[in-house]
Amino acid sequence: MSEHSTYTPGSGIEKWLDERLPIIRFSKEHLMDFPTPKNLNYWWTFGAILVMCLGIQIVTGVILAMHYTPNIGMAFDSVEHIRRDVNGGRMIQSFHAVGASMFFAAVYIHIFRGMYFGSYKAPREILWILGVLIFLLMMATAFMGYVLPWGQMSGWAATVITNIFAAIPIVGTPLLELLRGGFSVGNPTLNRFFSLHYLLPFVIAAVVALHIWALHVPGNNNPIGVDVKDTKRDTLPFHPYYTMKDAFGMVLFLIPFAWFAFFAPDILGHPDNYIQFNSQVTPAHIVPEWYFLPFYAILRAIDFNLLFIDSKLLGVIFFGGSILILFFLPWLDTSKVRSGNFRPMFKWFYWLFVVNFVALTYLGAQPAEGIYVILSKICTAYYFIHFIVILPVLGRIETPRPLPTSISESVLGKAH
Amino acid sequence: MNPDASTLALASIEFDLGAIEEGQSVTILWRGLPVFVRHRTQAEIDEAKAVPMSDLKDPATDESRTKEGHEQWLIMIANCTHLGCIPVGESGEFDGWACPCHGSQFDTAGRIRKGPAPTNLVVPPYEFISDTLVQIG
Repeated sequence: MSEHSTYTPGSGIEKWLDERLPIIRFSKEHLMDFPTPKNLNYWWTFGAILVMCLGIQIVTGVILAMHYTPNIGMAFDSVEHIRRDVNGGRMIQSFHAVGASMFFAAVYIHIFRGMYFGSYKAPREILWILGVLIFLLMMATAFMGYVLPWGQMSGWAATVITNIFAAIPIVGTPLLELLRGGFSVGNPTLNRFFSLHYLLPFVIAAVVALHIWALHVPGNNNPIGVDVKDTKRDTLPFHPYYTMKDAFGMVLFLIPFAWFAFFAPDILGHPDNYIQFNSQVTPAHIVPEWYFLPFYAILRAIDFNLLFIDSKLLGVIFFGGSILILFFLPWLDTSKVRSGNFRPMFKWFYWLFVVNFVALTYLGAQPAEGIYVILSKICTAYYFIHFIVILPVLGRIETPRPLPTSISESVLGKAH
Repeated sequence: MNPDASTLALASIEFDLGAIEEGQSVTILWRGLPVFVRHRTQAEIDEAKAVPMSDLKDPATDESRTKEGHEQWLIMIANCTHLGCIPVGESGEFDGWACPCHGSQFDTAGRIRKGPAPTNLVVPPYEFISDTLVQIG
C-alpha cells in the first residue's frame, strides 16, 4: 500500500537511510498512514491488545527464566522462591500467570469477532489461517508453561496431554516416549518443555508478523463487511485515530488484568498446583485451565467405540478436529455477505454457537458423570454441526438484508 | 530426544510381596511408571470371575490377568489406559478402580467397564521368582 505513503525524507541522513533500508518509510506506511476503515468498533481493538499481551508474556517470561530452575527437584521451590524472595518477583510471576488467562480471553474475543463479521472470507483466508495457527501455538505454549511450576496439576496435565499423542496408531508410543524423553513424565520432560516454552513465543511473534502482513494486503474488514471503495471517504489514517482508540482499549483491558494480578493472582488457578508433582497420586478433581475447557469437554465426551476406532483415538480425533475445522471455515461458510449484521438467520445461529461454546466450557469443568456426560455429547455434536451443516446450508437458503453502498454511507447516512 | 541410557537402565526391578496383607494395595515404581500391586480378597476374586465375557469392552478372563497359583496377586501398571491418570482404588460401581480425570471405571480384575478408556489396565511382563518375590520387566 505504498501509494498511501506521504513520506519524504527530511534530513540528509534520512535520505541516505531511505535509499539503503527504508525502515522509516515502512513504519510510516504501516504504523501511521495505513488507511483504516473509519467505522471500526471496539471489538477491533483486540488485535492491538493481543500484541500487548504477547509483549507482556515475553518480557515477564524472560525475567522469570532468570530465576527459574528446570529440574524436577528444584522447579517447584524455585517458583516459590520467585514469589517470595526475588525483587518484584511476586508481581512478575502473577502478571505472567494471569497474563496467560488474559491472553486467551482476548484471543477468544478476537476469534469470535472474526466469526461474526465474516473476517475470514475472501480475500482474507490466509489471514484467518495464520490466526488459527497462532491460536494453536498459543495453546502449545500455554500448556508447556503450565507444566513448569511442577505442581500436581502441572505434572498431570503433562501426563494427560502427552498421552493424547499415544492414541495415534503405530507411531503413537514412540512419539509419546519422544515427547517425554522417557517412559513417564520426568526430568527430561520438564527440560524440553522449558526449552520449547522459551522458543515458541518467538515463533508466535514471527507468525504475528505474517498475520499483520496478510492483514495489510487487503486491509481491515469492518463491521458492515463492505470493501473500501474510496480511500478518502471511507478510511482514516491508522495514526492518530486508531493508535488512540487501541491505546484506550488497552487501558480498559488492563483494568481487569491488574485486578487479577494484584488482588487475586491465584483465583484462576487450582490449589492442587501448590502441591509438588507426585507421579503416584492423581488429584481427585483434575481439570485444565479455563481456556482449554471447551476442547477438554469434547475430548471427554467421546466414550464409545465407532467401527474399528476405539474411544481413545476417537476422542482425540474429535478434540483435534474441533480446532483443525477452523482452518476450513473460509470455505465452509458459503455466504457472500461478510457481516452478521446483514444476515438475519446467521445471527441467531452465531449466538447459538456462542452459547454452545460457553456450555462446553461449563461442562468441561464438571465431573464426568450423569447428565453432564449426555449434555457434553449433545454440545459436541452441535459444535461440529454448526460448521459442517449449518454454515454451508445457511449461505444457500438465507436472504441477506440489503448492504449499504459504502462505509462512508453507513457512518454518515445517505448523501442527499 | 529419545530416552537416554540412564532412563533405559531402570527397565527391570524385583519386588517382595511378603509384607502386603490381604485386601491391601501398594503402588511401586517401575520405569518411572507407578504399578499397582494388590493382594485381592477371595470376594474380589469371585466377583471378577463371575463377570460374563459379554459384559466386557475389552474381554479378558480373570485367569489371563494373574499368574496361575498366585491369583490373589493383581499387578498392573497404574496409569489409566485413557490418558494416563492414576485411578483411585476400591471405588466406582465395580469395586475396583475409578479414574478421577475422565471417569473410566475398572473392576476387581482391572478390566475396563465404563468410561472413555479403550482397554483394561495393562499387566506388565512379570514372573514369580519365589512365592513372595516377583521380577517386573
